[in-house]
Amino acid sequence: MGVAQQAADRAERDQIRKRWLLSSPALIIIFFAAIGPLAVVVLYSFMVKGDYGDVKYWQFSLDGWFNVVAERDMFDDTLGLAWANISIFWRSLKLSFITTIITLFFGFPTAYFIATRKPDKRDLWLFLITIPFWTNILIRTFAMQEVIRNEGIINSALMGLGLVDQPVQIMFTDWAILFGMVYVYLPLMVLPLYASLEKLDFRLVEAGYDLYANRFQVLWRVIIPLVKPGIVAGCILVFIPSLGAYVIPRVLGGGKNMMLGNLIDLQFGQGRNWPLGSALSITLMIIVTLALLVYVRNTAKGGGNGHV
Amino acid sequence: MILAAGQTAIEAKGVTKQFGTGQDAVKALDNVSVSIRENEFFTLLGPSGCGKTTLLRLIAGFDFPNEGEILLYGENIAPLPPYKRPVNTVFQSYALFPHMTVAQNIGFGLEMLGKPRAEIDKRVSQMLQLVRMEELANRRTSQISGGQQQRVALARALAPAPKVLLLDEPLSALDYKLRKDMQIELKRLQNETGITFIFVTHDQEEALTMSDRIAVMSRGKILQIGSPRDIYDRPSVRFVANFIGETNFLEGDVLAVEGASATVKLAGGGTIVAGLPEGLKPHGRVTVVVRPEHADLVKPGGEADLWGKLENIVYFGTDTHYYVKLDGGEAFIIRQQNSHGAGSGHAVGNPVGVALEANSAQVVRD
Repeated sequence: MGVAQQAADRAERDQIRKRWLLSSPALIIIFFAAIGPLAVVVLYSFMVKGDYGDVKYWQFSLDGWFNVVAERDMFDDTLGLAWANISIFWRSLKLSFITTIITLFFGFPTAYFIATRKPDKRDLWLFLITIPFWTNILIRTFAMQEVIRNEGIINSALMGLGLVDQPVQIMFTDWAILFGMVYVYLPLMVLPLYASLEKLDFRLVEAGYDLYANRFQVLWRVIIPLVKPGIVAGCILVFIPSLGAYVIPRVLGGGKNMMLGNLIDLQFGQGRNWPLGSALSITLMIIVTLALLVYVRNTAKGGGNGHV
Repeated sequence: MILAAGQTAIEAKGVTKQFGTGQDAVKALDNVSVSIRENEFFTLLGPSGCGKTTLLRLIAGFDFPNEGEILLYGENIAPLPPYKRPVNTVFQSYALFPHMTVAQNIGFGLEMLGKPRAEIDKRVSQMLQLVRMEELANRRTSQISGGQQQRVALARALAPAPKVLLLDEPLSALDYKLRKDMQIELKRLQNETGITFIFVTHDQEEALTMSDRIAVMSRGKILQIGSPRDIYDRPSVRFVANFIGETNFLEGDVLAVEGASATVKLAGGGTIVAGLPEGLKPHGRVTVVVRPEHADLVKPGGEADLWGKLENIVYFGTDTHYYVKLDGGEAFIIRQQNSHGAGSGHAVGNPVGVALEANSAQVVRD
């Protein structure tokens, strides 16, 4: 009995050891690639900023976090809100939100179109949708610049048609950033929507029509509730990278129309304020986490393609 | 049984439906005309691919005919979208909305028709009662069994009180026992609601037991329309005789035609009088069908229409099947009801005669 017990214990210990050993590659990657760097960023956000960048190690201060939303006046040292930062937060949220809405508006019909093609044609359409992914985002952004700049395709066309006398200024405005983000992130909306729509049982759509629902009612009461997981996934996939967008606002928005990514970059570069940069990064992460929580709560609540 | 000839509820006039174009074109329905009476339990019966479901979908409005009209109480509904037709469907897969409860599913049609909440609630509880599902009103459709889903699908289609209810093989997904129960249930629902039912099935037994009238279809055409007894006893086409029940096919030559019957000299010997399908005035070689239970075995010396040799006897409990090889070389099956404790007195290998019941033979079109 005692011997058997010992053997069982040993077997169990072996089991546990083996389990740790097998999961060690994943654990190492998670620690060195995710938790470790994140811990460094959190730590930096609570330190005193160095004079030429970097931080003064082990000198702690809340200035980094404080500076996210507030600032001291350079001359009379009074406290005020950091309007520059707040407006950048606002612009990031606003542009990301609008981008999400626009990509959803265009992505849904696109995904629906693809999902209702014959199976052998769907792959071709999906392939076309994913082609832009093969190109570096910087190049795609410059391509967009070529489309919207004053001498670009849109303005040449408008002027050629005599619709405007002088070029419409799109570059270096929020519109330019919107154009760029919608273009770059549209596939991220289409793909999860397609995945959901493709699984949609179109007999349910027929059942909807049969029960006196018109096209709009079928869309609203049958299709959208059933593909909600895809809609939420698409929105999250577009909203999160939009919020952290760096290249697009840098190239198309110019120096004046910064978004969060550019603000963070600025703090680690010219701003020489690493604690503030770190605090801004963490803030961005918190916003993203909140968005993800919405996603998890929405998908956990059933619904979806739970056909029998 | 034929109901008192009521008003025509649904009429298809020269309906043709073609899928695909050019060389790939398939005619799912080829110039089909049929009229279905009010309050009738009408069945479209045929093998898969015969066009029965296509006809149902044209009536529902999911597809539109290339040619012809579909009249609902005299009004052509063929160009209307499904949501403008007072016709509801019970789908083969039920197609219940998984994101709604049982009660929400049943109330959906009424809600879309813009009925007031109180009326919807009242009607939904009536429907739940009708299909005996009161306790499961707030369940999700994924939390109920197949038979219960079937009832919900029925209740959902009946709730808006359609002029015609279309049923697309609704029982095919159920197991045998449940299917038997649902056949009775469907018949009860039809009697209670007084709604015209158009039922699609490939199951001849289902069709024979439930229908007031049956239309047998094959390759996009309706071959015969009639009461179950008509279809079974008086098949007019070889396909119908073959598709429904077991049948003996005999070759023969027409000697004379009088009214609706013909005197036929069978290739196997005897001469019989066989019924004729409407409008057929045959001459020369014809095919005659006789159901296995409409013939008797006769011992040598007796009076028989055909002679042959008994090849096999198969005992089925309620009845016994005798396989006879006729002298002409054709096979003939006879089915006889068993009586308690009595053997037939026939043995395999014996010469036997086959006596056909009077008026049981029927000439069919090829």
